[in-house]
Amino acid sequence: MDFRWEIISEYLPFFMRGLGYTILASLIGFLVGALIGLVIGMGKSLSNPILRLPFIWYVNIFRGTPLLVQIFLIHFAVMPIFIKPPEPLISLIVALALNSAAYIAEIFRAGINSIDKGQREAAYSLGMNHAQVLRHVVLPQAFKRMIPPLGNEFIVLVKDSSLGAVIAAPELFYWGRVAVGAYSRVWEPYLAVAVLYFVVCLVLSYVQSFLERKYATDDQRKKPKKVVRRSRGAAGH
Amino acid sequence: MISVKNLKKSFGDLEVLRDINVEIEEKEVVVVIGPSGSGKSTFIRCLNRIEDITGGHVYIEGTDISQRKVNINKVRTDVGMVFQQFNLFPHKTVMENIMLSPMVVRKWKKKDAEEKALSLLRKVGLEDKAGVYPESLSGGQKQRVAIARALCMEPKVMLFDEPTSALDPEMVGEVLEVMKQLANEGMTMIVVTHEMGFAREVGDRVLFMDGGYIVEEAKPEDIFNNPKEERTKAFLSKVL
Repeated sequence: MDFRWEIISEYLPFFMRGLGYTILASLIGFLVGALIGLVIGMGKSLSNPILRLPFIWYVNIFRGTPLLVQIFLIHFAVMPIFIKPPEPLISLIVALALNSAAYIAEIFRAGINSIDKGQREAAYSLGMNHAQVLRHVVLPQAFKRMIPPLGNEFIVLVKDSSLGAVIAAPELFYWGRVAVGAYSRVWEPYLAVAVLYFVVCLVLSYVQSFLERKYATDDQRKKPKKVVRRSRGAAGH
Repeated sequence: MISVKNLKKSFGDLEVLRDINVEIEEKEVVVVIGPSGSGKSTFIRCLNRIEDITGGHVYIEGTDISQRKVNINKVRTDVGMVFQQFNLFPHKTVMENIMLSPMVVRKWKKKDAEEKALSLLRKVGLEDKAGVYPESLSGGQKQRVAIARALCMEPKVMLFDEPTSALDPEMVGEVLEVMKQLANEGMTMIVVTHEMGFAREVGDRVLFMDGGYIVEEAKPEDIFNNPKEERTKAFLSKVL
């Protein structure tokens, strides 16, 4: 079988542009999803069961239906209410944001709940209010534990953004399909697209494990702030 | 200084505190003893409303903290608490642990908080640990830092909830020593403990709790030498 490299080289500029949109859509989707997720996560932790209900069902619905179906509903049913004609890239970003919000909400909630209750009690006993306890005691500790699942969520989102091709959002996989259509060749365009996704996700997973190591071992590795330690160096000789 | 009237506390159907009445004077050291499950920890945790109060009243310097509308955060700045499990903040150094609340809640300047924190660390004998993270401390050291942290808010009363129960035996002494010193300086203290030696030596008054009631209260020498209630006798015969 011959492998026609020229197809890839011809379409590479389009692939790169598509990749740009893929990253853009995933990043905006993730950031907006994180904001919505924060609200949903806090909503799910409300003590009033009736107020809590809509947040619980938001998560149930967005986790319980396929992203592809959500994209179709958003693009063809919801977005036309606001934009005529609907813009595929915007529809994709909205779908990614709403979908990831459900997962991120759970990540936030689990992260916050994983902090020992004694930490909160100690902070309250020192006179701090809810916001101060959250800001100075709970969130800094919870954030560390949220890094690995948040990293996973972002990587999943980058790959899932390829579903945007079905509504003609000009992301990476869309351009792969265009190239396939133009040459009636499947190997070259799809492999090229796969490699590009792979490289991005590989880089992201390295970034993730770097952050993880940086924060997870922060407390142990950080040199004691000023004072002491000197004596220990001398003992080593 | 602290006045508890008909205090009740239930967890669901479980009544833990049934009817607690006690007055605690300024500079008094009150030691609470009793078998496990007697409600002594719950009792002390109601005194700064870390535990919600089901019924009755708790007055801290005249403020009834059982009322929901009371600014409980303000009251808590005057009521320090030390926990069995230390509960130091693992993401902050020893100094930062101590300085956090004075700076955030009392709005002290960093320099003032630093000065105060260092003087407290000196007091508990841990000046050389100022810059380290709690993880590298022994249990006894952690608890001494926790005491310093509570003291940095300059509280009017200190609550100790089994402060030595999670410690290895050889570390109990160093923590009790700090508490003794604090008592000698005239701090009002309420101490839930199993350390009968401490109760006898430092306590002004001992409360014996059982089944959600204060069964007997007396001076240490009276309660240890001549307990009046059968349940007190039974308990003391097991622990002494």
